[in-house]
Amino acid sequence: MTATTPTTIPRTSGGAHPDAPLPGVARLALVRAGAEVRQFWRERDAVVFVFAYPIIMLAIFSTVFGGENQGSAAAEVDFARYFLPGMIATGIMLTSFQSLAISIAVERDDGTLRRLRATPLPATSYFGGKILLTLATSLAQTAALLAVAAGLYDVPLPTDPGRWATFAWVFVLGTATGTICGVAFSSLPRSGRSASAVVTPVVLVLQFISGVFFAFYALPSWMQTVASVFPLKWIAQGMRSVFLPEDMVALEPSGSWQLPATAAVLVAWLLVGLVVGVRTFRWRRRDDG
Amino acid sequence: MTTTRTPAPTPGSPPGSPGTSTPAAPAAAPRPKAPPVVRVRDLRKRYGEKQAVAGIDLDIDPGEIVAVLGPNGAGKTTTVEILEGFRARDAGEVRVLGEDPATAGRGWRARLGVVAQDSRDQAELTVAESVRYTARYYPDPAEPDEVVAAVGLSAKAGARARSLSGGQRRRLDVALGIVGRPELLFLDEPTTGFDPQARRTFWDLVNRLRDGGTTILLTTHDLAEAAYLADRVAVVRDGEVVATGSPETLGGAQARVPQVSWTADGVQRSERTPAPTALVARLAATAAGTDGEITDLRVSRPTLEDVYLGLVGHDPSAAHRTEETS
Repeated sequence: MTATTPTTIPRTSGGAHPDAPLPGVARLALVRAGAEVRQFWRERDAVVFVFAYPIIMLAIFSTVFGGENQGSAAAEVDFARYFLPGMIATGIMLTSFQSLAISIAVERDDGTLRRLRATPLPATSYFGGKILLTLATSLAQTAALLAVAAGLYDVPLPTDPGRWATFAWVFVLGTATGTICGVAFSSLPRSGRSASAVVTPVVLVLQFISGVFFAFYALPSWMQTVASVFPLKWIAQGMRSVFLPEDMVALEPSGSWQLPATAAVLVAWLLVGLVVGVRTFRWRRRDDG
Repeated sequence: MTTTRTPAPTPGSPPGSPGTSTPAAPAAAPRPKAPPVVRVRDLRKRYGEKQAVAGIDLDIDPGEIVAVLGPNGAGKTTTVEILEGFRARDAGEVRVLGEDPATAGRGWRARLGVVAQDSRDQAELTVAESVRYTARYYPDPAEPDEVVAAVGLSAKAGARARSLSGGQRRRLDVALGIVGRPELLFLDEPTTGFDPQARRTFWDLVNRLRDGGTTILLTTHDLAEAAYLADRVAVVRDGEVVATGSPETLGGAQARVPQVSWTADGVQRSERTPAPTALVARLAATAAGTDGEITDLRVSRPTLEDVYLGLVGHDPSAAHRTEETS
């Protein structure tokens, strides 16, 4: 190509350290996180969909239904304030479950996983990179959502540290569960092209039955029961306990925020996802043998 | 380059064919006998009813380029994937860099390079970023910028992988495969779809790797590529090695008897003979026209492709569809 092209490519060029130690697992997770974040930001369509979607939804719904209150005569709040917890829950689900289930399916299909498997990169570091990416995007997205809600729609944010503590554990546990379930779910789509077609409807249906777009108390009770099986309903309910006034608890079907049950359901899904993920994860395409 | 042969039974191929040719490959001083980089004995793998690999033997010595040839479905890809540690074997002994690929760990992977077919991954990273990230996974990598220069992509270092042409993308794959400074490099059909010039550039790159001491296992359908690059070729058919040898001697002397063809009385004739000069002299006396010329005279030696097609039976049913067409 150029005049400076060397005539041979010595295998032992540079400072030869034949017994150099393998790079550490944690350091490689950080390297992977850097590569993941860089690639994520360059997939513009994914950034818009996953990152801005909850904000856009909040803006649309709050504008259309602005001034209408949500609740009963006894306890009601402004629409945007009622809508925010559901959007936070949706955001967590998108950045963890949906984006991981799709991106890992695509990476399996396009050969990224196979290529990484042929290098000394440990699997733990690969997943570590994914988890760090998920945490970074979830945090940034939730922060932006809160800023828009508070700044543009005058949603009061809690001042009580106890509420923020609840927010923190629901956020972390919800993100962790979504991440693990996303990894497990990524083995289901047959190809990278079908990944979003397989994953998106699951997320959409859950959004409609879990009290994200419609007030949960207004749903038929059988639908509430179905939603109770899945994590999104519990994340949304946990977030309502953080952002709604205490008297709104009267609108919950059970009459309480059910925080212990929320923790139990999320941990159960985390464990199920872990077991299924470990058993079904493949580095290569399904048709690849 | 080497005189090592696998002890595999090679029907129709008597070992050695002294004096048929002098190797055209660059001369190399005989090395002290080192343990083989790859040692495979009686490798077997079955998919359901199909015995994909039916007892393959293969040795690759340090510094060699060995090409594995064979029709689709012959078991090439399965064999290579077992050597790379991607696939489990049913039976047989496999040693790659002294370890069993089925159980080898990160330290072993650090000594391998794999360039697979059909890559379109990590399309949003630039050439330089991809090589730099990959270098970080290895204990003792080469300088990423030097590797990018070595594969001739310096001018494209800042370009996203998705914007590269097929040949450039393939050279990026090689850069990613060699940045860890592997002792053994797997190249799977590396020049499929290249134009002739890009193919020649790529071959030069592979030769420079070999000159630097990298051992290379190449699978290809391109017989000219095998003839140009390989020190030794192994022809696989129906899951077995049917012949192995240098590209110049593959198939033995019998497969390389020159052929003389000419036209006499409007009929095309040909004859295979180890003494073509004598035959031509005889034809000049008996079959030449009034101008002293023999019509359509041609003396040819079988090319590697001719020998290969003879070895694999040139049988359309041997090319049935398999796991290799993914």
